[in-house]
Amino acid sequence: MSTTTVAPESTAYTPSAESIAAVLAPGEKPRRPGPLSASLTFGWRAMLKIKHVPEQLFDVTMFPIIMTLMFTYLFGGALAGSPREYLQYLLPGIMVTSVVMITMYTGVGLNTDIEKGVFDRFRTLPVWRPAALVGMILGDLLRYVLAALVIMGVGLVLGFRPGGGVMGVAAGIGLLVVFSFAFSWIWTWFGLILRSEKSVMGVSMLVLFPLTFLSNVFVQPTTMPGWLQAFVDVNPITLLVAAVRSVMAGAPDAGAITWVLVASAVCLVVFGTLTMHRYNRK
Amino acid sequence: MAVNSTSLAVETSGLVKTFGKTRAVDGLDLAVPAGTVYGLLGPNGAGKTTAVRMLATLLRPDGGQARVFGHDLRTEADAVRTRVSLTGQFASVDEDLTGTENLVLLGRLLGYRRPVARERAAQLLAAFGLTEAADRQVKKYSGGMRRRIDIAASILNTPDLLFLDEPTTGLDPRSRNQVWEIIRAVVAQGTTVLLTTQYLDEADQLAGRIAVIDEGRVIAEGTPGQLKSSIGAGTVHLRLRDAAQRPEAERLLAKVLDTTVQPEADPVALTARVGGSGAAVDAAAAGSRALAELAGAGIVVDEFSLGQPSLDEVFLALTDKAAKAATGTEVAA
Repeated sequence: MSTTTVAPESTAYTPSAESIAAVLAPGEKPRRPGPLSASLTFGWRAMLKIKHVPEQLFDVTMFPIIMTLMFTYLFGGALAGSPREYLQYLLPGIMVTSVVMITMYTGVGLNTDIEKGVFDRFRTLPVWRPAALVGMILGDLLRYVLAALVIMGVGLVLGFRPGGGVMGVAAGIGLLVVFSFAFSWIWTWFGLILRSEKSVMGVSMLVLFPLTFLSNVFVQPTTMPGWLQAFVDVNPITLLVAAVRSVMAGAPDAGAITWVLVASAVCLVVFGTLTMHRYNRK
Repeated sequence: MAVNSTSLAVETSGLVKTFGKTRAVDGLDLAVPAGTVYGLLGPNGAGKTTAVRMLATLLRPDGGQARVFGHDLRTEADAVRTRVSLTGQFASVDEDLTGTENLVLLGRLLGYRRPVARERAAQLLAAFGLTEAADRQVKKYSGGMRRRIDIAASILNTPDLLFLDEPTTGLDPRSRNQVWEIIRAVVAQGTTVLLTTQYLDEADQLAGRIAVIDEGRVIAEGTPGQLKSSIGAGTVHLRLRDAAQRPEAERLLAKVLDTTVQPEADPVALTARVGGSGAAVDAAAAGSRALAELAGAGIVVDEFSLGQPSLDEVFLALTDKAAKAATGTEVAA
């Protein structure tokens, strides 16, 4: 052909056939990792992302602190005589509210992540398919625990005195984290079916605001009109709050706890399946 | 990686993928021999990326058959995944992580134990000239470096078949040459490379065989040489010693070759196309006749070259024909 390219002058990098051959040398192909190992590796990825972008912890630290302070002092005097009195009722509920609200970032995160092409690589790997999503949520669990601990810390400083002691508080946080893990799969599904990050946010808010406010988090449902009580009584957040409250108070409500565990399992199966169905087709 | 050279890495027949009413891939037939670089050449929107995404198990075909190393794409997707790797058009590494972290992550996911994964990551980064950038986040890499970490991530599992979707789009010439060198080194190790490109010289430089794709189907297939000779014989390029003799040379050439002769900006240079599209002209014979004629007229020729038409010309001729003809397949070499 008429023009030939002149070899580029000395460059910073010249590919060497030998070194590329060395990495491609047919070594022993490793055994593919099991589901747990693959999920934990994806969880490690989530940890690394937190390490590189620590600002993303803002929503699990500042947001819960503001929620706790705001509602304690806003409603405390009016509803329970004093903020300190109110806090004994509010704290488990505000903890549930904050953590459940944070779960929506799982969907938002997945939606942005999947746009970037790195999931194309993950999906061509011969690993257990849900591992990428399970790992992502495992990473989010750390955020949930962190948010719960921050709220508990603020609560203790403000005068929250749980009857169940350390064990009760730990069990309450445990229940909340189990539920949040299962609940997150609703958002992974939305994260996959909705087109943009903004629409995921929008839908999440639409679901979360009524769920968290129309519940027993802020006031006793007995003060509400009958039609509203009917909704509040079947609201999953109400039952979760009842369970967490009872455990932290040192008087576990077996019915509510069982309900939380069953609901978590159902949520995980239903939305986990929907998510994976969607993930495999995307 | 002892792949039988006569076996096929990819075999598709009548492969179809539709998005709504658009038939992105519309009856694609491919046979990619193992151990070679195979080029899928076509304009934007021809269906190249969709085809590659199906073959890499990222999209489900809506019709037709496809096998990768004999494994059915639909029923044995996991078996396919153990043999292939894809470097997409957009970075398929995590931009928030460093080079090392990305490669260690993938190594772990492929089942390497942590120390082995670390060692392989370091080895790959060195081979791709990224050792200094190893601990930097990928989002801070230049375009060429990103492409390299992407390809490095793709060969971590020593794939038997590597898909490269427009690997040099948007790269500067130096980075492009580096990627070409990498591809040559990879294929020299026995890995089959299926490359999509819209750059004809890239396909010409790298691919042993090329399928020209337009509107989701193959409109021509063959070696670069076959494709070029399917549309015309070639191009004659001359440099004379004396610029004053050029008008005379131009007249003689036009007569002998029966074509229009193009004087170039260089006052001693001339270019002529030999034979029109599809004409059965022996370019070498015509060229030597022209040389003899010039020598007879006392015109001194310093340089003479006879080249094949560029793939650009081939591509335009083919897509033009395909647009005109009801069935495009008759153009196939």
